[in-house]
Amino acid sequence: MSITNAAQLAGRSSVVALRRSRFRRRQELEGLLCILPWLIGFLCFKFGPMVASLVIGMTQWDALQPPRWVGLENFQTMFSDPRWHNALYNTAYLSFLSVPAQLAVAFLFALMLNEKLRAMPLFRTIFYLPSQTPLVATAFLWNWIYHPDFGLANVLLSAVGLPTQDWLFDLDLAKPSLILITLWSGIGVPMIIFLAGLQGVPQSLYDAASIDGAGAIARFRHVTLPMVSPVIFFNLIIGIIASFQGFFTIVFLTTGGGPVYATLIYVVYIYFRAFQDFKMGYAAALAWVLLLIIMAMTAIQFLLARRWVYYEGGERT
Amino acid sequence: MSQEIAGRAVTVPRPRVVRRSAQPQVRVKSLILYALLILLSLLYLLPLYWMISTSLKLTGSEMVIPPQWIPAPIVWSNYADVFTQVPLLLYIRNSVVIALTATLFGVLTASLAGYGFARLQFPGRNFFFGCCIASLMLPEIVTLIPEFILFRRIGWVNSFWPLIVPWSLAGSAFAVFLFRQYCLTIPLELDEAARVDGAGTFRIWWAIILPLSKAVLATLAILSFTHHWNEFLRPLIYLGRPELRTLAIGLRAFRGEYQLAWNYMMAVALIMLIPILVLFFLAQRQFVQGIVMTGIKG
Repeated sequence: MSITNAAQLAGRSSVVALRRSRFRRRQELEGLLCILPWLIGFLCFKFGPMVASLVIGMTQWDALQPPRWVGLENFQTMFSDPRWHNALYNTAYLSFLSVPAQLAVAFLFALMLNEKLRAMPLFRTIFYLPSQTPLVATAFLWNWIYHPDFGLANVLLSAVGLPTQDWLFDLDLAKPSLILITLWSGIGVPMIIFLAGLQGVPQSLYDAASIDGAGAIARFRHVTLPMVSPVIFFNLIIGIIASFQGFFTIVFLTTGGGPVYATLIYVVYIYFRAFQDFKMGYAAALAWVLLLIIMAMTAIQFLLARRWVYYEGGERT
Repeated sequence: MSQEIAGRAVTVPRPRVVRRSAQPQVRVKSLILYALLILLSLLYLLPLYWMISTSLKLTGSEMVIPPQWIPAPIVWSNYADVFTQVPLLLYIRNSVVIALTATLFGVLTASLAGYGFARLQFPGRNFFFGCCIASLMLPEIVTLIPEFILFRRIGWVNSFWPLIVPWSLAGSAFAVFLFRQYCLTIPLELDEAARVDGAGTFRIWWAIILPLSKAVLATLAILSFTHHWNEFLRPLIYLGRPELRTLAIGLRAFRGEYQLAWNYMMAVALIMLIPILVLFFLAQRQFVQGIVMTGIKG
């Protein structure tokens, strides 16, 4: 009786196990099916092209004649290419100045908006609005604002008795003029992220600091800053990577890289090489070097972050 | 120890006392803050105001010194005129067709993949999800050249396909990520109950998960639509024929080919801005929350 029972049980459990493994196998298949469209896209339009770009970077190819293998020659040419030096310098100048400046402004705005006063949603919307303006429209708006004769910028300067400027047409002023545009159009998103970060700081920490006798500045320095440092870090990485590409539309539609290459940035230079000179091999090599630079910079930022980013739970990572 | 506790008990009400005595100070502080915020708001609104006021000026009167701060007369017909001066309607149509198609398919595939990553066990799941996150960091320019060569080989240059197909499949790794995160918050019991009732994996995605994630889907759709509406580099490369131009690259032609006056340029720029603003105000809350989710959980 008990033996047959046990045998029956064993048989039943093996049926259950079989059914379960069949279910699991089916689920595995269905899981793969779910991600299949994305996976095809990833392989065809992300991973595949990324690898292909490296291979193309080792050829000379105008995309009409068959490619000619040149090994590392493109990468060597780059080092003696004065335009490449221009592009590197301008990109570094614009990104390293504009992104921290944007973040500083965005952070200040977020601090102000974090005060509990009426009408804050209205102010938040106003500061956020420029970031919603399409970059193409932004570029044309600022072309008009920077118009040497009738632009708003010069109207304001002469209203306060200052000499008018050539802005985007001025060799020394072109890059700062571009940075000014990003201070208008680029602060919305980091500001909202900072605001969320600030609102996530528990009030109890501020109360505890006050009890210990910390003033407003000490509270900011020892509570606010450490608590939102991961958000600052996140904004910095995303901001710099985005700035490499985000400047394309603005630069392309305002200065076109001029005057005299003063605003020729990396991505615009790749575009010119690839789609005007049809030097696909050289352009792909340029793009890959940019990828390496971005990867290196991300790694450096992660290393630096250990020193100043505080993650809740006490561990510094 | 007990002294400390006693000490703390005494100090707890202190902030309230301090705050009460500092009330006039607080009022002064908030007044200064308001003044500062109003000043900065005016500064940030000024370029937009300049755009609007220029767009309403009589041709010729936008280029006078000193400038008219308020256009006189206000020429509303500028907005009608631009439609006859340049093929604006065609460009808007092209933009809408591309943005809507890519958004529809992009959101579907991203939600399906996000659902798969969140709910189903399959080999390589974590690896593929890692790939998805890593592809967020991949600059578009790196994949652009091989992609262009591929599309030229299969004859898709001068068609909408290069702007629709890659995005529909794997355009937004962020959308996959966001949808997965959202799926994880939907109770698993719902899936299990549906399974007991005989629903399959895809039925659960379509009939349970999607209806429950309307808010996320709307956020993703708006982000995607905005992305395509604003996209510049890829249309510039792929849409060489004038009749295929989107509004974003059409705007460039207005200045170059049509020599459009600045008041008309600003009118067109505003026409480009309006749908985005409407979307933004319709979904402001979700929009901001979506961005916050990226920021905090990224």
